[in-house]
Amino acid sequence: MIFTLAMRNLFHDRIRLAVTLIGILFSIVLVAVQLGLYLGSSRMITANIDHANTDLWLTAFGAKSFEDGGVLLADRERHQALATPGVQSVVPIVVSFAEWRKPGGGSSRVVVIGSDLDDKGLNTWALAQGTFDDIKAPDAIAVDRSYLSELGINGIGDTAQVATGRIKVRALTEGVRSFTQSPYVYTTLNRARQLLGADGDKTTFFLVKLAPGANLEAVKTDLTSRLETAEVLTTPEFRDRSLKQWLFRTGAGLALIGGALLGSLVGTVIVAQTLYSSTKDHIHEFATLRALGSSAGYIHKVILAQAGLSAVIGYVLGMIIALIILYVSKNSALPLVMTPGLAFWLFALTIAMCAISALSAIVKVTKIDPATVFAR
Amino acid sequence: MTIKPVLEAVDIVKDLGEGAGMVRAVKGVSLHLVPGELTLLMGPSGSGKTTLLSILGCIMAPTSGTVMIDGQSTAGLTPEQLAKIRRDHLGFIFQSYNLFPTLNAIENVRIALDVRGVTGFDATSRAEEVLRDVGLGHRLMNYPGNLSGGEQQRVAVARAIASSPSIVLADEPTAALDSENGHAVMALLSRIAKEQNRSVLAVTHDPRTLSYADRVVRIEDGKIVGEERRPEGINAPEITDLTKRRKAHA
Repeated sequence: MIFTLAMRNLFHDRIRLAVTLIGILFSIVLVAVQLGLYLGSSRMITANIDHANTDLWLTAFGAKSFEDGGVLLADRERHQALATPGVQSVVPIVVSFAEWRKPGGGSSRVVVIGSDLDDKGLNTWALAQGTFDDIKAPDAIAVDRSYLSELGINGIGDTAQVATGRIKVRALTEGVRSFTQSPYVYTTLNRARQLLGADGDKTTFFLVKLAPGANLEAVKTDLTSRLETAEVLTTPEFRDRSLKQWLFRTGAGLALIGGALLGSLVGTVIVAQTLYSSTKDHIHEFATLRALGSSAGYIHKVILAQAGLSAVIGYVLGMIIALIILYVSKNSALPLVMTPGLAFWLFALTIAMCAISALSAIVKVTKIDPATVFAR
Repeated sequence: MTIKPVLEAVDIVKDLGEGAGMVRAVKGVSLHLVPGELTLLMGPSGSGKTTLLSILGCIMAPTSGTVMIDGQSTAGLTPEQLAKIRRDHLGFIFQSYNLFPTLNAIENVRIALDVRGVTGFDATSRAEEVLRDVGLGHRLMNYPGNLSGGEQQRVAVARAIASSPSIVLADEPTAALDSENGHAVMALLSRIAKEQNRSVLAVTHDPRTLSYADRVVRIEDGKIVGEERRPEGINAPEITDLTKRRKAHA
């Protein structure tokens, strides 16, 4: 009967129910969009790190992110790393911002990533058109399809200039977006060095793969003591550093999280207000229940059931709209991401939000004087 | 043979309000209820009868005096303990019926069982049984808005007796009803007292209800001023004024 009474109370006043649901829906959509953007941004920031086949990263001191390593390391560090027990391979990759001169005039900033696929270091994933071998061809690069117009090109076969050299688009990736809005341009290691005007042994990162059975922490400590001019980071450490740089030092992440908190707050206030007014409207019924001998807990359960029902309905409607926005954002510069984990946490947040909202109503019914049943 | 009272109130005093605005609504009332009797508590408006009913129903605590329900004192009990006494021993009927407008007749009765932990099929069959007993077998699925005043009050009666309480307290049960429905509800309360051996106390100022009473307690200005009883063994409508008889005897 608790559920029945809660449902009837809820559906009794359709306008109030609509207001409650709109409140929850608005809140869920706002939180889903903000957290979806946060998750999408995080994935973009760490995508290259996550696709690197490595256990440890050797970076120049002070590298704040994947894009911010400079081209400062040289073969000396590579040889020192290779001489460290437990190290199986050390693969160089070059990463640097560069100017992209559009064929039709104008320029744009890109991030040039030079990696030799045969080294099995950084994988150029999500190739939609062209092959890995195509990227090995002279002057070849791969760019993401979504940035074609921004780069002033139409597709495979088009030429442009990157920094000091001419390039030709030989392959296209799909869905490889950049958080900095400077598109990633993939090419071979040596071509990247040429384009950037770097010396033949210079590199941004060394990807260190450990020998089977080697202890990660021990090798890391050993490498740190041997390499005076480089920093040694595990993949999770480098991910965290990159995320911290782009999401928190720039304030972007805080804005997204702040938006999500604001959404939760607005939802909580709206649901609290409607639950409170619903409880006030049904106060004589709750007083009757109390007079009939119901425990305070029974009445609290009715209110919590009302809150829970609102949460479930609001969540379902909110998620439908959030998924529509997600679909629409698929091809945008900053696509939203929804994972089963995020969907679960959003549901937990909705339930928590509605439970907190029920507090004011519960306080109200706690003060019910059952003697008021005789005063009607 | 002396019948053991199910409810005993001794020297009940109740002050309402505070400071200069304080009013003594009940002034030293003693009363007991026994099973199988329909007792009417009659008095003019403001005489303290509803306040006394609230105290007897463990809804309001007396300023002083004791209330015993089935031998258990209610003094010093917490609101939750008082609620348990109401659940276990008392059934209520209100002047405005106090039905849940969003629940149908059977659900309105079921909810009184639900708060007592009776759920599922047991609750449904019991609710049906009592609703049929009060003559509403054909209105089980009707919502209060679709029931007449008399029917609504009968649903309230069914709700009050569904859990088989030893005491049924009714606040002006006929006040909102026309003559026909008023008589029907009083006949029902009288039948509940007699056939189910319950103690029924109805607060009223409706003279139409007198003929159904086994006993009438009159209250004025917060004090009991008279008690009348129908002569036992006589199937007559007359009420004997015990107070007057006592005074005459003295």
